[in-house]
Amino acid sequence: MRDFEYEAPTALADAVELLAGANGSAKLLAGGTDLIDHVRTGRLEPDLLIDIKKLAELNVLEASDSGLRLGAAVPCYQIYGNEQITSNYSALADSCQIIGGVQIQSRASVGGNLCNSGPAADSTPSLIALGAVCVIAGPNGTREVAAEDFCTAPRQNVLEAGELLVELKFPAPGGKSGSHYRRFIPRNEMDIAVVGVGAAVTLDDSGENFVSARIALGAVGPTPIFAQAAGDALAGQPANDDSIAAAAAAAREVATPIDDMRGTVEFRNHATAVLTERVLKTAIARARGEADGYTIGH
Amino acid sequence: MATADVDTAQTNGNGKYKVIGTRPIRHDGVDKVTGRALYGADVKLSGMLHAAMLRSPHAHANIKSIDTSKAEALPGVRAVVTNADLPEVGDRIAELGEGAVNLRHLSCNVLAGPKVLYKGHAIAAVAAENIHIAKEAVGLIDVEYELLPPVLDVREAMEDSAPILNDDVRTDTMGELGNTPTNIAAHFRYEKGDIEKGFAEAKVVVEREFDTATVHQGYIEPHNATALWNKDGHITVWTSTQGTFSVRQQVAELVNVPLSKVKVIPMEIGGGFGGKISVYLQPVAALLSKKSGQAVKLIMDRSAVFEATGPTPGSYIRVKMGVDAGGKITAAEAYLAYEAGGYPGSPINPGCMCIFACYDVPNGKIDGFDVCVNKPRTNAYRAPGATNAAFAAETVIDEICDELGICPVEFRLNNASKEGTRRVDGVEYPVIGMADTVEAIKSSAHWQSNLEGPNRGRGVASGFWFNCGLKSAATATVNADGSVSLIEGSTDIGGSRASLAMQLAETLGIAAEDVNPAVVDTDSVGYTDVTGGSRVTFATGIAAYEAGMDIRRQMIARAAEIWDVDADQVRYEDGTIIGPESSYTFKELAELVIKTGDPVTGRGASSAANQGGAFGTHCVDVEVDPDLGKVKILRYTIAQDCGTAIHPSYVEGQMQGGAVQGIGWALNEEYFYGDDGSMHNASYLDYRIPTCYDVPMIETIIVEVPDPEHPFGVRGVGEVPIVPPPAAIANAINNAIGVQMTELPMSPPRVVHEILKKNS
Amino acid sequence: MAKKRVVSTTINGNQTEFLCEPRQTLLEVLRDTLNLTGAKEGCSNGNCGACTVLVDGRPVDSCLVLAVEIEGADLETIEGVACSEALHPVQQCYLENAALQCGICTPGFIMSTKALLDENSSPSEDDIRFYLAGNLCRCTGYDKIVRAVQDSAELMASNGIDGVQIDR
Repeated sequence: MRDFEYEAPTALADAVELLAGANGSAKLLAGGTDLIDHVRTGRLEPDLLIDIKKLAELNVLEASDSGLRLGAAVPCYQIYGNEQITSNYSALADSCQIIGGVQIQSRASVGGNLCNSGPAADSTPSLIALGAVCVIAGPNGTREVAAEDFCTAPRQNVLEAGELLVELKFPAPGGKSGSHYRRFIPRNEMDIAVVGVGAAVTLDDSGENFVSARIALGAVGPTPIFAQAAGDALAGQPANDDSIAAAAAAAREVATPIDDMRGTVEFRNHATAVLTERVLKTAIARARGEADGYTIGH
Repeated sequence: MATADVDTAQTNGNGKYKVIGTRPIRHDGVDKVTGRALYGADVKLSGMLHAAMLRSPHAHANIKSIDTSKAEALPGVRAVVTNADLPEVGDRIAELGEGAVNLRHLSCNVLAGPKVLYKGHAIAAVAAENIHIAKEAVGLIDVEYELLPPVLDVREAMEDSAPILNDDVRTDTMGELGNTPTNIAAHFRYEKGDIEKGFAEAKVVVEREFDTATVHQGYIEPHNATALWNKDGHITVWTSTQGTFSVRQQVAELVNVPLSKVKVIPMEIGGGFGGKISVYLQPVAALLSKKSGQAVKLIMDRSAVFEATGPTPGSYIRVKMGVDAGGKITAAEAYLAYEAGGYPGSPINPGCMCIFACYDVPNGKIDGFDVCVNKPRTNAYRAPGATNAAFAAETVIDEICDELGICPVEFRLNNASKEGTRRVDGVEYPVIGMADTVEAIKSSAHWQSNLEGPNRGRGVASGFWFNCGLKSAATATVNADGSVSLIEGSTDIGGSRASLAMQLAETLGIAAEDVNPAVVDTDSVGYTDVTGGSRVTFATGIAAYEAGMDIRRQMIARAAEIWDVDADQVRYEDGTIIGPESSYTFKELAELVIKTGDPVTGRGASSAANQGGAFGTHCVDVEVDPDLGKVKILRYTIAQDCGTAIHPSYVEGQMQGGAVQGIGWALNEEYFYGDDGSMHNASYLDYRIPTCYDVPMIETIIVEVPDPEHPFGVRGVGEVPIVPPPAAIANAINNAIGVQMTELPMSPPRVVHEILKKNS
Repeated sequence: MAKKRVVSTTINGNQTEFLCEPRQTLLEVLRDTLNLTGAKEGCSNGNCGACTVLVDGRPVDSCLVLAVEIEGADLETIEGVACSEALHPVQQCYLENAALQCGICTPGFIMSTKALLDENSSPSEDDIRFYLAGNLCRCTGYDKIVRAVQDSAELMASNGIDGVQIDR
């Protein structure tokens, strides 16, 4: 592996300073499950790795009435092991349970998944669906960016030189809410999403009508896609097969997939609609407090 | 015939045997569950250097020049080698036990020159003080290439206009060589009866075309070699391999030293499935050691394993079969074209011989072609060539059954090969158990059960593999405590120490635990062919048996001496040496051996025996997601003729493991290539072998039709189980959703494509 | 060249210090520096699980951990699973079920199994298959591995983690 230096600062300001001072030759190390492989294979050539797992701000995991705060370095297993997340932010837990195997989940973080900015990242559609906001620290202070605006191109994002992702803030779900993420993969585990769909819905008190919905797609464009129109059109609609099918068709409209070893354009377009339907149905069932019938991988 | 369910205390040879058919803990087990067992990468020698390889980024190119000066100048680098360091070996053919190889091609595959024929083709190697330096140095080697267009598709490669990979290749048509350079290295043809007449007699004739993707054996342990070229000219190689003697021969030939100068020490082997017979790293490590004067360790990384080793051929196959109104096959015709990879040598011939092997085909014609393409040189993979062929033949059979309204199990029973049946390639079968495996499926709980629910279907398919005999040697020494040390040369890839120790124990009438098996180096045991061809439990088993019989003779003689009686008055029975007036247990006499004369050492060998071949029939239930094309395996049952199961747990394990490899081949495994000939999925992330979460329990039915060529009736078990799965699953998919798949793998995009086509 | 670091950690109950370069993975240090070669390298990118070890009780792919990261951590490897007198029940059940053929994946599987049973003492077949999906085996078809894990859970429920003397 390439020769590099390693630092593990314990203060956020120190991390920002190290990062800013490295002139682009530093990379941040959280779980390392992507980064270390990229360095080994030479896809990334850092001179310095900054281990950010010792920064308190990046290890926050706090759910309250005002919402959820998730530090960027919190590993997946802690996320799906948190009962408030599994019940109120289920899409996020769904994502974290299928990122790699358990060994990966012991280390990989949602922040890292987002910052790698892969189009097929399993947690990003959930972040978008759940309305997460990214808190970014840099030499000029902190700023916030909506999750759907974070990724800009394959493996590129809004982070400027010297900036790092500190935490993700999620609004508290209101009323009858439910969310879900699932992906299509050829095996039942251990694959990169061929198509991934995350959705969060809020129903009225009767549980029969949508108040609002947010739908996001993975692996069918250069970045994860916020299928805003598909979700917005559901507001005020009855939660039934027709409205769900319409949303699925609308989601498919915004997908711009490519042919690659993981799937064809034909398949990905088709699967976007199929998965959107299935994901909405599960999210609705969860909002209603019904059995969701979801089994990972199947 | 003895069939039994997995849960019953089975395969005790109807009480015939004491050890055979039991399930002792394997002798090497504790080392393997505690992490102590030493595999190829675990070798550590004093002063050992670490090496890395430069591999071609191009699929097809002439190498104009290689400049290693910058790499050599890097501090910590001790040696650099390229093809120029390999001696010229000439166009000789070497027999390597299971298959022959052109040594010049093998040499050029080990270190490329003057061309690279696939992406990942080895070009140079660097030995350095540590692996990081070696890898850095690799990056400093400058190679100038003249790019050539690659050809990746087997049928395109056969066209006259295709780029030619090897200018020395001429089509070998049953021994006659063509005149012009070509990618078609060989054309096999087998004929039987009158094919036209056969088709004329058929009521139904079905003809289909099939494409199967390139797949890899997928062993978890990457290739490895550590070598020390000593100052006295002796080379020692530590490596994990399916055949130490084969490695010895290949290294000796390629670096041009006598056999006697090479010793190969087998490390534990982390899977091979046919892919760890050919050498890749061993001669290179030896050359680096010669240049550096130090021991050198060379380990492949996973992407190189995919890009430069293994694969089993992608193929194009056409099958035409005719069946009469009574459900009897009247004629069968096949055309098979297999990718050889960069150099000739695909398993096209066994593919041709296997394609109709399960059935009595009165009139047949088979044409097979071995075709070079810009992919890694193909190697054996578990029943090499047979799985592709069975996928084609066994799905055509199901289509015919559908058309004639015949139950696929009855069809297979009705047409099954049996003793005396002559295959299209001319071989006449001895006692075989094809029909028995179909009967076993027919009477299985699985076949008898109802399958209900939408999008669910059931499929069956049968498969054949030859299994070979070849040569093995063993010695066994009686210890004073009544134990016996078994010395053998078959590297243990999945429990063969146990199956061999058990055969020796059975022969001697002692407990399996009282035999200590050891797999030793090439200087310490007689010549033994590779662990392959499903031959070890059969052939090395015969050697172990013979060594046991030799011990029995010596023990009888010794007892006779002690008792002062004629040897013919002493008999050996169930571990007891019985004289006219007294008797010794084996242990009692063992204690006296050293005190009374020469040590007792038995020798055994085998070479003449040929296995009768083995058959299996599989039954699978699937559920197809009609929207996403994903196939879920609901239930899977295997019936296989194992002759006599020595250690039933490991027999079942072979069946289960082979079937799951076949499931992977059927559903998801494939090499994805870009047009430039680069492999896009050279990792376990995207080369999708089944995980634990993808498969159900695999039910096994051990059928025992003893092979008369073996003292206990053993038939090889390892290879047959990979043959039927793709066909069985395709038949089940068709049964579930009415879509006939003709391409492997039957991945979700392909299944959805067929569903959408059918629905539109 | 980056300076080597001293890392202090506990490995299989023993306080250990080692020297490493930042670029060395935990797997490399375990195998090459500490001579603990039970963890195997199958893929180097977290897809096969052959290098699984437990860090502070959690299973990780040691090929995707830098050795410098485990400063202060509690590490368990396959070499520490059996006690001096006997095998761990998981090891015993793998043997009795013939849950290994070539054995290269076995150390990783045993570490993951141990982590699973620490988390969930009575897993369903589906739980087992899901949890072990990060460990690849190419030989067994997984049937006997799953049975070994089921037996391990039963044995540990009745005997605790007391080792089992193996009679060979």
